[in-house]
Amino acid sequence: MSRIAVVVFPGSNCELDVQWALRSLGAEAELVWHRQTDLADFDGVVLPGGFAHGDYLRTGAIARFSPVMSAVTRMAEEGRPVVGICNGFQILCEAHLLPGALIANRDLRFICRPVEVEIVDTGTVLTASVEPGTVVTLPLNSYEGQHTDPSGTARVVARYVEDVNGSQDRAAAIANEAGNVVGIMPHPERSSEEILGSDDGRLLLESLVAATDRIPA
Amino acid sequence: MRTDLAPEEDALTEGDGTESGDEDALHRRLGLTDREYNRIVEILGRQPEPAELAMYSVMWSEHCSYKSSRVHLGRFPTEAPWVVVGPGENAGVIDLGDGWLAAFRIESHNHPSYVEPYQGAATGVGGILRDVFTMGARPIALWDQIRFGPLDNSRNRYLFSGVVSGIAGYGNAVGVPTVGGEIAFEDCYSGNPLVNVMCLGILRQDQLVLGTAGNPGNVAVLLGAATGRDGIGGASILASASFDEESATKRPSVQVGDPFEEKKLIEACLELYEKDLVVGVQDLGAAGLSCASAEPAARAGVGMGLDLDAVHVREPGMTAPELLMSESQERMMAFVEPSKVEEVLAVAAKWEIDASVVGEVTEGDRLRVTHQGQVVADIPAASLTDDAPRYDRPLGEPAWMEDLWSNRFKHMTAPQVGPTLLRLLDDPSIASAAWVYEQYDHMLFLSTIVGPGNDGNLLRIKGTTKAIAVSTDGNGRLCYLDPRRGAARIVYEAALNVAMTGARPKAVVDNLNFGNPEKPAVMWQFRETVEGISEACEALGIPVVGGNVSFYNETEGLDIYPTPVVGLVGLADPYPSRPPRLDRVSEGMDLWLVGPVEATDLAGSAFEKVVYGHVGGRPRAPDATAARAAIDLAVELVEAELAPCLHDVSDGGLAVAVAEMAIASGVGVTVEYGDWRYLFSEDPHRFAFAADPASRERIEELAEASRTTVTRIGSFGGDSIVFVRGANRDAVDLREAATTYREALPRRLS
Repeated sequence: MSRIAVVVFPGSNCELDVQWALRSLGAEAELVWHRQTDLADFDGVVLPGGFAHGDYLRTGAIARFSPVMSAVTRMAEEGRPVVGICNGFQILCEAHLLPGALIANRDLRFICRPVEVEIVDTGTVLTASVEPGTVVTLPLNSYEGQHTDPSGTARVVARYVEDVNGSQDRAAAIANEAGNVVGIMPHPERSSEEILGSDDGRLLLESLVAATDRIPA
Repeated sequence: MRTDLAPEEDALTEGDGTESGDEDALHRRLGLTDREYNRIVEILGRQPEPAELAMYSVMWSEHCSYKSSRVHLGRFPTEAPWVVVGPGENAGVIDLGDGWLAAFRIESHNHPSYVEPYQGAATGVGGILRDVFTMGARPIALWDQIRFGPLDNSRNRYLFSGVVSGIAGYGNAVGVPTVGGEIAFEDCYSGNPLVNVMCLGILRQDQLVLGTAGNPGNVAVLLGAATGRDGIGGASILASASFDEESATKRPSVQVGDPFEEKKLIEACLELYEKDLVVGVQDLGAAGLSCASAEPAARAGVGMGLDLDAVHVREPGMTAPELLMSESQERMMAFVEPSKVEEVLAVAAKWEIDASVVGEVTEGDRLRVTHQGQVVADIPAASLTDDAPRYDRPLGEPAWMEDLWSNRFKHMTAPQVGPTLLRLLDDPSIASAAWVYEQYDHMLFLSTIVGPGNDGNLLRIKGTTKAIAVSTDGNGRLCYLDPRRGAARIVYEAALNVAMTGARPKAVVDNLNFGNPEKPAVMWQFRETVEGISEACEALGIPVVGGNVSFYNETEGLDIYPTPVVGLVGLADPYPSRPPRLDRVSEGMDLWLVGPVEATDLAGSAFEKVVYGHVGGRPRAPDATAARAAIDLAVELVEAELAPCLHDVSDGGLAVAVAEMAIASGVGVTVEYGDWRYLFSEDPHRFAFAADPASRERIEELAEASRTTVTRIGSFGGDSIVFVRGANRDAVDLREAATTYREALPRRLS
């Protein structure tokens, strides 16, 4: 059984959805308040979507200083799975756990709709159970969703099939070199059941559950 | 004009206060008439102090007191075995079974949105959310009904984009999905857009909280944002008066929203309810602290001491009237037993919101307010609510109704079907609203199983077999041509939309947007509308559990169309495992029509408006029996899993309905018809559906038992929308139709 922490910042809003989807896959998923500094009990951590600290100043700019982030950084360094979805992705970039930054969409409008994404790298904790080249449909839900990486070093894990928001290299998800830290802009938990329109997101979340399961408690 | 109803004895229709005295008197500047001022003097037995006058002015404003509408609102049917909380509280509450309750309310933010579209719309969202989580419910969805003048005018485009951005900016960030709504454009909304918003929340039975102060000794704790000078007198100044060119100077009366503060406030309040730490809660919206102290005290039949020096403020030097009238957003008043105050403050600290102990519930009935050591108000709490004036304003059927009804359009020639369809699909009121709803988070909470772009929406309660269906509907043009028939028809339409998701209609909330109530014609429209809604609700056996009235929707003396908007809530239990949706038609399916095929009613139709610019004639009266039959059949078709796609025949008639099914599903369609009128008429209680040919026998069995006409009128397939009449064949390329339909809004806004 894997035990995954889902961090709640003030202003987070996808934590219950992520918890629901992970639990439906048999994982133990616990909400963790952003002031908690110890994540030693967990095999992995998810930073869910939302507007942490109101996204004031800049998306993720305040959240990276939340007390929990030192524990998240430790987990990342130890090679345990760390996944940021949407706002969580923005926070991972602000915390320099992933390269680049997320800026406003090319058309300067919020985008909420399912988009097609091709999984191009299966060597990460979020994609290990997916066949390379698989195209999945996942809902996008962001205003600052355009990934930009002047260093050009980002390891692209998934690409938008069509250029929806101007992301460099059409990146929808990127990872660190070790593949244990992944940021993804569309929401796998929002397509985790057929009745929601698609259950493609399960493929990714199953990878995460499997990755956390491998770590001895 | 004909006067249908004589004013009652205490009707305050004349002498509204300019016949004598000082034009600059404080009470007049606060929007109170001389008559109302005299009544205050009578209640108090003395001249009111400035702070007292401020409280009466906001609490007795049209917006807060419903003084012009109350005499009519009593007509609504409000009872049903499943009603838990009816009108009068912050939101209506109904029982969904197995310990689940739904709380919902609809509100308008018309005037603020005209003055400042982004903040006006944003704070409208914030306000309706508080109405719902005040009841103990977690808000799970929002619907926006927005109406503007035509988009060829740059100011209308500015207002429209600003309002959409405001709804997106606040709703997305506060973390409550906007799953549907309505968009309409008419000339009459040019100077007075309508921005209505509905919120639905769910809660467990034992978490219901009411807006009561409870027993003497309880402590009043003010939670959330600091009180500032924003929105001073919003209810009395903005929401309760008509507009003119000087309205821009009222901008300081529009509040500024902070969705992050509201998000924290929601979570903190839900934790307070879960830990059973509060006796009652009242949100601070219109009339701010005045309302949040007077209403809970009046409901509980107690008094209250309020210490303004304890209020956490944004800026120093605020006067007592300013503190009492401020409409600063994101604030809540909690009434707490003294032993639990520490715990309440701890929950507030956890969520990083401010909290101040600002008062105490007292014996008696006085609301006593102190500021800087002085008593600045000492009045009977209930006088602010129960003693508010009630006007039975004169009303009369306007002379123009006869002219409108006789002004039927003479259709000399048959229109070309194909080009007419494209023209209708390009109309912004009919066209795809994707440009709007794709800017709203409509998926959060994983509840949305039928989302925007469908007639009704369906939201499951996770972990149960229940789903809540909602449809919000209005039709100003129809209500202008006949307010009673129009209002009844929108209730039936909403009920049918809910039924087409597989749910049974349960209850209604309404938002009544009208012009200046001091005009007898407007009051007649209002009375007729209330009558129409009541008749339809009675015929369906569903209650009205809440609502809102917005008067003075006039600019430069021009009133809007009477525009009631209803939000109808239904329940599906168990909900369908594959709910019908507009995009679920497959190649080879049959096209069926429920209701008369030979429908010819074009009065008030989109066809006459869009193609000929004509608004006239008298729309057909609704038929309660036909409405019920259509609703029953829709639910049965869904329950029997016979219809993967159902769509009501409304704006643009059958032609638009089938085109929308074809476009959403990416499948062509061929329709047979006998007369062009059948394609564009908007006769009520009709819907189309798609079904597998293998289901024909079962559908015919259901149809036979249904007391309504069910006819197979075509089939799906190919890549065109084809209309066939004898040897005549009109075809529209599906891709061209789809592009027209999807680009209508973006191309006007880019």
